[in-house]
Amino acid sequence: MAKRIDVSGLTAYYGSHKAIEDISMTVEPRSVTAFIGPSGCGKSTFLRTLNRMHEVTSGGRVEGKVLLDDEDLYGPGIDPVSVRREVGMVFQRPNPFPTMSIFDNVAAGLRLNGNYKKSELQDIVEKSLKGANLWNEVKDRLNKPGSGLSGGQQQRLCIARAIAVEPNVLLMDEPCSALDPISTLAIEDLIGELKERFTIVIVTHNMQQAARVSDRTAFFNLAAVGQPGKLIEIDDTERIFSNPSVQATEDYISGRFG
Amino acid sequence: MSNAAIADKRPSTLQGARLPKWSPYAIAGGSVAVAIGIGLAAGLDSRVQWGLIAGLLFVFGTYVIAARVEGRRQAKDRIATSLVWVAFLLAVVPLVSLIWETVQRGVKVLDVYFLTHSMGVVADAEPGGGIYHAILGTLEQVGLATLIAAPVGVLTAIYLVEYGRGNLARSITFFVDVMTGIPSIVAGLFILSLMLMLEMQPFGFAGSLALAILMMPVVVRSTEEMLKLVPNELREASLALGVPKWRTILKVVVPTSIGGITTGIMLAVARITGETAPVLLLVFGNSFINANPFEGAQASLPLYIYQQWANSAGSPAAYDRAWAASLTLIAFVMLLNLVARGIARWKAPKTGR
Repeated sequence: MAKRIDVSGLTAYYGSHKAIEDISMTVEPRSVTAFIGPSGCGKSTFLRTLNRMHEVTSGGRVEGKVLLDDEDLYGPGIDPVSVRREVGMVFQRPNPFPTMSIFDNVAAGLRLNGNYKKSELQDIVEKSLKGANLWNEVKDRLNKPGSGLSGGQQQRLCIARAIAVEPNVLLMDEPCSALDPISTLAIEDLIGELKERFTIVIVTHNMQQAARVSDRTAFFNLAAVGQPGKLIEIDDTERIFSNPSVQATEDYISGRFG
Repeated sequence: MSNAAIADKRPSTLQGARLPKWSPYAIAGGSVAVAIGIGLAAGLDSRVQWGLIAGLLFVFGTYVIAARVEGRRQAKDRIATSLVWVAFLLAVVPLVSLIWETVQRGVKVLDVYFLTHSMGVVADAEPGGGIYHAILGTLEQVGLATLIAAPVGVLTAIYLVEYGRGNLARSITFFVDVMTGIPSIVAGLFILSLMLMLEMQPFGFAGSLALAILMMPVVVRSTEEMLKLVPNELREASLALGVPKWRTILKVVVPTSIGGITTGIMLAVARITGETAPVLLLVFGNSFINANPFEGAQASLPLYIYQQWANSAGSPAAYDRAWAASLTLIAFVMLLNLVARGIARWKAPKTGR
């Protein structure tokens, strides 16, 4: 299930603007890797290059290599659609499909991709909703619209939708920034459970969150506004937060800038 | 004396003098009365002039009185409010009087017989006859035009919003804008020139083609706006699930905006239903029932109205029929608008729990 990601020399552009430059890192399977860093340093951009969502933005373009267990995502003949089936994504703002019921939302990825029997779908939807810790709250109203749920429930619905297609990697772009502390806690617990099955990469602005949920932490920074963002260091979360090897990381974590 | 007692004596800075709630009505009534007075005194014949004077008096009266009592800032607020009301009335009065006039004159001959019979054996100046052939013609011509224009328009809009980049998209947008401005008679002449080149006689479908030309840009524009309203996050959410782009458009983008798209199409249908010029050139008009839009001249409601007026040499019976047909046409367009609203509400993304 879970796969390793090896990134080497990755540079991403928006048109002529270079957003991130020369990033190399390894993301271990069955672990949580957190990206931290000031706004605009390219964490989200980098995250989106990992499932080829970056090129969906107009002018988005990538150089370098992203290996998913030895297969280059940017290699010739690679279909971005298949990449995204392997590497799922959860966004900052919960975005359930407004025309679909809760059931259809979770089944969307499967239904839009192929033919499944009704009973199969029901099993997968139940399993995914249980996996996202949402089953007990919605099992009686699977046919109601997904947009009627609370923000935290909607975000867990989006997670259920993402894991229903059984990806190898789950990318999360600030999944808790629009949620209250209780919903945040629910999602963080969920991340802890999900890492048994998936490789998880999470972008967060909340350093305590990075410290709580992640095994490894990567710190991104940019030299100045308009300059491309760079990876400063990546290490075990414990080391990053206690004894980072770069001064800038320590300054950022202790709140001296950024 | 305690501080509280001193504070009590100071006038509140938060509370100012306010005009009573009924004052706008009083000012409106007063301005109308004064306007009638002025109109009678000056011997103005036109009631429109009376109304305009009343409107001006209302706006200025509101400003002066409010400035006196409430101060300049509130007076500006009130002048804005009263301008909006006057503009609203200016827009509504012609509409109401038009509908009133049409209903009043139209109901005289409007009955089941009128709706189910043609003009086949009735001379233009004589009473009797009906509009069945015209309704049939309008439904067929407009229906065929919609069948052509709606898919082309919606697909063009999908291309422009979802795929269109660079020069091709820019030029398509430009030509759609140009098409919006095509006068209906020019669209009619365009098809007419083709018809003459191919040496064909007038028939219903030729009218449909001209109507489709007129309808297409309206559908493109409205659909484009509706598709742009679909949040990008939904597209990204679908793409991130590994759904191909075409399925994302088909299953996520279009269903989310289908209510608005149908409303736009319905309004475009309502717009072309009233077109007369291309129908006059291409469909020609027919007193008999012709249910085949692909051969022979047909009638249509707007054309029927025109011909009843033009060919009857002032016969009251023909005028009555023209008014009744106008009423039918207005009712039909209104019905389309209501259906459009119904669909929009029914298909709107649900937010309830």
